[in-house]
Amino acid sequence: MPKVPLRFSVNAEQKEIMVEPYWTLLRTLRDELMLTGTKEGCSNGNCGACTVMVDGKTVNSCLVLAPEVSGQEVLTVEGIARNGKLSRVQEAFVQEGALQCGFCTPGFIVSTTALLHRIPNPTEEEIRLNLAGNLCRCTGYDKIVRAVQRAAGS
Amino acid sequence: MGTFRYAAPNTLDEALSALAAPGESRPLAGGTDLIDQLRTGRRGADVVVDLKLVPELQRMVSDDRGLHIGAARSCTDVRDHAQVARQYQGLFESAGLIGSIQIQNRAAIGGNVCNAAPSADIVPALLVHDAIAVIASKKGKREVPLAGFFVGPGKTVLEKGQILLELILPAPAPNSASAYLRFIPRNEMDIAVAGVGSYLELDPATRIVKRARIALAAVAPTPVRARMAEMALEGREINDALIDAASGAAVQAARPITDVRGSADYRKELVQVLTRRTLRTCVERILS
Repeated sequence: MPKVPLRFSVNAEQKEIMVEPYWTLLRTLRDELMLTGTKEGCSNGNCGACTVMVDGKTVNSCLVLAPEVSGQEVLTVEGIARNGKLSRVQEAFVQEGALQCGFCTPGFIVSTTALLHRIPNPTEEEIRLNLAGNLCRCTGYDKIVRAVQRAAGS
Repeated sequence: MGTFRYAAPNTLDEALSALAAPGESRPLAGGTDLIDQLRTGRRGADVVVDLKLVPELQRMVSDDRGLHIGAARSCTDVRDHAQVARQYQGLFESAGLIGSIQIQNRAAIGGNVCNAAPSADIVPALLVHDAIAVIASKKGKREVPLAGFFVGPGKTVLEKGQILLELILPAPAPNSASAYLRFIPRNEMDIAVAGVGSYLELDPATRIVKRARIALAAVAPTPVRARMAEMALEGREINDALIDAASGAAVQAARPITDVRGSADYRKELVQVLTRRTLRTCVERILS
């Protein structure tokens, strides 16, 4: 299968790479662009470990074909911190200890960033509903909810 | 993931040509079902035709026939549309409970319909609003009532080279409302054990039901209308006893299976409970 050119923006940087048309965005980010912060969990849209934003909306990058993001803006967890400084969401996850193994954390950071953009002061119910597409198998979620509340209040 | 080519045509004509070409062609909109099916080998493809750049599939406009929703529109697009929230409450509710935020941002309304899962959450809401499916092919367009679109689990009337172009939802009558409820063990990220959409139109003075529509998900090989329940309601004054009778009648349309999500008997119970609740919600919405 001949590779096809893909032009898109990743973390505000223009990229032009060659991709196989059947590669997922997840594979492209991890194996071609070496952006390994985005994790592969279930590969079928259940776990949210691969969550990134495309044109400002969260998606499961395992369920996006690379050519689909042509001309679009992709934001991964690597693009959340600015100039080496953690974002308020990342800082809140650290302060609340809202992680154990950390595998799900990049997805949670991206989903929480999108959530607080849409709903700056979410209720606990809104937090749990909006983060339902991100699974954590360690913390039991309470610390994650507290981290989101801390980030919203900061 | 199997290997395939990818095409993203800008016009409907090019898209239909690509889909009609020899070999296995797969239309792509949100991809939340298709990409997983391709990865696991449950479906194969020689070419995946991305329909999101075709303007006709992104249309979302109102005219004298009602609200047109392009098949490639995402659940989030549908839910964020002010007219949907105002006039098609059941559709608003169902678009907001499919999968997760990530899934809703991608999953297309046309994909939820064409995937033809008996449990598809959007379908009962579309059925109770008497949605019309507009099918396009190289030969032209034709319209079928959505109620006649489904053939069996995963099967629709669509043939090779045909796509669902858009859904047309007639404008609801005054003094009407709809609602959708499903039952699942957790509130998000799961598949309905049973789902019920209801639509009621009342005479506000007499409270007589002028029109009733009830549709069920996950209790038959396809989404189904509960016509006996609709007939039980129409022409009668709405009250708790009538709602209970109609909820009982709705069970007659259910032909559920027993599976890991629930037994057939449990699903029948759910149909009764969810029908009662959605009908009550419709009444509250009309009278408030």
